[in-house]
Amino acid sequence: MAATTDELTVRASSSALLKSGGTVRRLRRRGQTIRWLLLFAGGVAMVMPLAYMLSTSFKFPFEVYELNLIPEEPTLENYAYVLGDGRFMQWFWNSTLIATLTTISNVLFDSLVGYTLCKFDFRGRNVVFIAILSTLMIPTEMLVIPWYLMSQQFGWLDTTWGIMFPGLMTAFGVFLMKQFFESVPDDFLEAARIDGLNELQIWWSVAMPLVRPALAALAIFVFLGNWTAFIWPLIVTNSQDMYTLPVGLTTFSVEQSVEWELIMTGAAISVLPTLLVFLLFQRFIIRGVVMAGLKG
Amino acid sequence: MSDPRTGSGERGVVSLFAGLSLRGKRVVWAWSFLAVPIVFYVAVRFYPTANAALISFQDWNLLGERTWTGLDNYATLLADPVFWKVLGNTFLYLLIGTPTSLVLAFVVAWQLDKVRFLHGTIRALYFLPFMTSAVAMAWVWRWFYQPVPIGLFNNLLATFGISQIAFLNSTSHALPSVLAPAVWAGLGFQVIIFMAGLRAIPKTYYEAAHIDGVSSWTILTEITLPLLKPTIVFLVVFSSIGFLRIFDHVFNMTTNNPGGPLNSTKPLVLMIYDTAFNSFDMGYAAAQTVVLFLILLVISLLQLRLLRDR
Repeated sequence: MAATTDELTVRASSSALLKSGGTVRRLRRRGQTIRWLLLFAGGVAMVMPLAYMLSTSFKFPFEVYELNLIPEEPTLENYAYVLGDGRFMQWFWNSTLIATLTTISNVLFDSLVGYTLCKFDFRGRNVVFIAILSTLMIPTEMLVIPWYLMSQQFGWLDTTWGIMFPGLMTAFGVFLMKQFFESVPDDFLEAARIDGLNELQIWWSVAMPLVRPALAALAIFVFLGNWTAFIWPLIVTNSQDMYTLPVGLTTFSVEQSVEWELIMTGAAISVLPTLLVFLLFQRFIIRGVVMAGLKG
Repeated sequence: MSDPRTGSGERGVVSLFAGLSLRGKRVVWAWSFLAVPIVFYVAVRFYPTANAALISFQDWNLLGERTWTGLDNYATLLADPVFWKVLGNTFLYLLIGTPTSLVLAFVVAWQLDKVRFLHGTIRALYFLPFMTSAVAMAWVWRWFYQPVPIGLFNNLLATFGISQIAFLNSTSHALPSVLAPAVWAGLGFQVIIFMAGLRAIPKTYYEAAHIDGVSSWTILTEITLPLLKPTIVFLVVFSSIGFLRIFDHVFNMTTNNPGGPLNSTKPLVLMIYDTAFNSFDMGYAAAQTVVLFLILLVISLLQLRLLRDR
């Protein structure tokens, strides 16, 4: 009998506990819902400028100043006009070529230097590493004047090479890759050496595949950086044929001045490729950004 | 080594290499891997840096002769009221931009860390602007800032019956207006880095705090923020350097009057660009770049100092 009373007490008290736990949980859930809604609203606000840019690029002039996001009469006329004279195609191609070549160069050279500084033991290694690292402190803006003079002297003004040469290697990339090669075990490299591979082969076919995620992170950063680069291409190019997308877009927008639907179309063309790449490889890119941000 | 051809031509080099110890061979490999990069860093980084410093002591309009003028360029700079205005603007970008973006990014990251439902999607929404180009977005925002009936913001204000704001045409509003898209575009990156920093804090700290019944405010100020210090220092320096070098946004939002109205948005980099490539006063522009370099140097050294104190 005593046992049942005890049991009852226990049951009663535990149900009271559960009940109060329930209110806490309900309150917490309400807090969680509010938090979610606020964060989501903030996120939607963040992409609004992009949404208006896109929506306006599909609008006729009469609708441009309306606040509706879905065009009443969607049109491709703006795209036809902007792409019509072929200039944007040329700028798009220039940007693609320059960003791609620069990315390849960085992936190869930054990793080769990072690998050498990490896995080889020789006198002067630290001096080379610190010298390269110290260039991180030099802002591009300090170098544009000497680069311009150099380009003038060697006839690089207004050429693809002239736009590209300052970015072919970056200290950031060297540092990033050196960090990642630390995680490649020396035994792997030694085994390959015993198998008779030379040092170039070891770097390329043994070490490089092991740091693929880091290479991808580096590639993303370098590509995005060169795709959006503005001040140096603005300085080094003269003829419209050599412009990159950002420089071309500036010129185009100044010409249009009040035709905002055309300016929005140009802007959309220049940001859509990177936005699409992001949407396709989201997880991967975010991981890369974290890697590059924290280790670099 | 008895080979008579040793020491002459390609074969000589090869056998010389073959004669090296294993260690010696690796040293040769290392330097041959570094050869091209070393040429690059000397020719495209170190030599231009020295050259910029050199030009800052000269008077040169790109066409005529280069003449030594000693510290004249620096003296002109110190006496130039535009320079002081520009320096003030540059630090205003930094002093408004860095705290605003860091606080916003931290609040978003801190809250988003507690959310599971559609976590990835929300994160993507905040991150998307980071993938855009400053030039394109400067034009989008420039359109938003136009007066009625053109600009989106003023149209919105008009719909709610609020008086208009002269975003880009007012000397007091133009600078924050130009800054806003820069903060907006960089926010996603900072959120991602903050979230990685938050993840790195061991869960046991929070569990212990919960058992002790510590309030969530105390958890924030006593656990989360102190343990985030390396992340915060990194982001402060990274974004400070970014705001001190602001150019693309200003250039594109004020093309009709670069740095205007009345130099109220002009940052140091725009002054450098104008002096060098519109007035072709290379020496004076180089002196300005040296000042920029020194400012960035001090900030980078501060970061090293702060991280070492940890």
